[in-house]
Amino acid sequence: MTANGEAPRTVSKSAADDQQSTATSVDDGSLGSSRVADPVIESRDLDVYYGDDQALDGIDMTIPERQVTALIGPSGCGKSTFLRSINRMNDLIDIARVDGELSFHGKNVYDEDVDPVALRRKIGMVFQKPNPFPKSIFDNVAYGLRVQDQDENVEQQVRTALERAALLEEVEDQLDSSGLDLSGGQQQRLCIARAIAPDPEVILMDEPASALDPVATSKIEDLVEELAEEYTVVIVTHNMQQAARISDKTAVFLTGGHLVEFDDTDKIFENPESDRVEDYITGKFG
Amino acid sequence: MSTPPTTDDSGFEFDESAVRRKRRLGKLFLGLCGTATLVGIVALVALLVDVVVEAWGWLTWEFLTYPPSQIVEHYDPSNYGDLPTGPGGLYPAIVGSIYLIVLTAIFTLFLGVGAAIYLEEYAPDNRLTRFIEANITNLAGVPSIVYGLLGLAVFVRALQTGASLIAGALTLTLLILPIVIVQSQESLRAVPDSMRQASYGTGATKWQTIRNVVLPEAVPGIMTGIILSLSRAIGETAPILMVGAATTMFTPPELTDPTGPFSAMPMQIFEWAKLPDGDFQHVAAAGIVVLLTVLLLMNAVAIYIRNAYDPRG
Repeated sequence: MTANGEAPRTVSKSAADDQQSTATSVDDGSLGSSRVADPVIESRDLDVYYGDDQALDGIDMTIPERQVTALIGPSGCGKSTFLRSINRMNDLIDIARVDGELSFHGKNVYDEDVDPVALRRKIGMVFQKPNPFPKSIFDNVAYGLRVQDQDENVEQQVRTALERAALLEEVEDQLDSSGLDLSGGQQQRLCIARAIAPDPEVILMDEPASALDPVATSKIEDLVEELAEEYTVVIVTHNMQQAARISDKTAVFLTGGHLVEFDDTDKIFENPESDRVEDYITGKFG
Repeated sequence: MSTPPTTDDSGFEFDESAVRRKRRLGKLFLGLCGTATLVGIVALVALLVDVVVEAWGWLTWEFLTYPPSQIVEHYDPSNYGDLPTGPGGLYPAIVGSIYLIVLTAIFTLFLGVGAAIYLEEYAPDNRLTRFIEANITNLAGVPSIVYGLLGLAVFVRALQTGASLIAGALTLTLLILPIVIVQSQESLRAVPDSMRQASYGTGATKWQTIRNVVLPEAVPGIMTGIILSLSRAIGETAPILMVGAATTMFTPPELTDPTGPFSAMPMQIFEWAKLPDGDFQHVAAAGIVVLLTVLLLMNAVAIYIRNAYDPRG
């Protein structure tokens, strides 16, 4: 559907603006067919540039509440960039520039009156490589609570978060030891606990299991499915089987920063509209 | 040669001579590097031994606790018993040096770390920033006497501090500031970006991220840089000479009155070393041993901090 951006586009501000102005009249046909849940995040003709390179080209997507939405595609297709533009982590990159609209509960997060820090308090993030702070397990999980001044009953909140991240049992009697002493899989669940402790609405995960062994991976996958009962989860993954296993919706990005297809996961994996998506999923390229 | 034949039954040919040639080259290089290390260490040890031998017998508790004297006999422990004015010592200069370093440390901590945080965490990556950074690196190479002249012009004359403790401390601050800034920047840069991202990702502000994640990681490196710079500053003579530190003070300066005159260990040692009476060489040597001891203690503290505050333990 959205594979319309094949033609090389001049990467100028005015071109991007033109696109944006016509975007409102574009039909919503590219959205998922079944819209059981309320949309939390809506992307409208979103372009992201790094300097002169265009990383995302006219992304339209509606991410439903309390479901797992998987973003898949080959390396460099822009899926991580899209993830990072949701909570404005791209702001940290000097040369990144965003056009178009990305709204969270109907509010464009790129509006001038949106504070990215406040936004990130609603939208937590888990990164590709486990990155616990060189602090104790307890302080790692408490970090978000403390910086967000949610410091009432920290102990209870930390335990709840560790419990939800399926880590409490393993670390219960070593909360004061360093988070760096944990195994890779445990570290990643610690990072998930850290992300959910302040109780955000959305959790973004950037290939959270790609640095882990199969056992640790399957634990993370189980966890993701459980988290979707309470949170909206958007997960980038290289692993198509993983996307098929855990996600409700799947977005397929292909080279050039195009969103080629976005639909229910079953539909994408069983009967995709686009031949290129079918080729990608069946392993013909990528 | 007693080497076994290079070809065995399997027909594998082993060219030993080529390997042996390379190995000889490696040994030669090892010898050169070892000699270089040895020359440095031997020279240093010889210097230390010479100074300690010179100072032996002259370095007493009284030397540390009494003001200096013009008469060389006053420093000789064998005369301590019959001196109406008390023995001669280094006390005011020791106090002067310590106060000087304390003030310099305070100024350097705020200015150096502040500048490093700004340049590394806040400043946009543009031409101006790069220009400033390049020039800070250049400033680290400026001879210390030039900083002395600057201190004389800016602090002593323009700001009318006089030849005071504060002028000396500010001048030493200027001297070590470039090194402290560069080292602090390197320590901040060494904090993995994934730590910053993790912090921002949990909804922390920039300041919260710097305060809670970046600085704790960088502190050991920053403190090591500051202390090593300070131990360079404590031995500097030229800058404080230029701002007019006294060669000899009979009373220690007051930290409560940093605008008063002061002396410092290198000044006093320099003064003794200039004096014609041969025995003053022993007194100067005793002073050098005290200065070196303070310096080595500071370096030890730097190493301790680097190890103790390493969060990765």
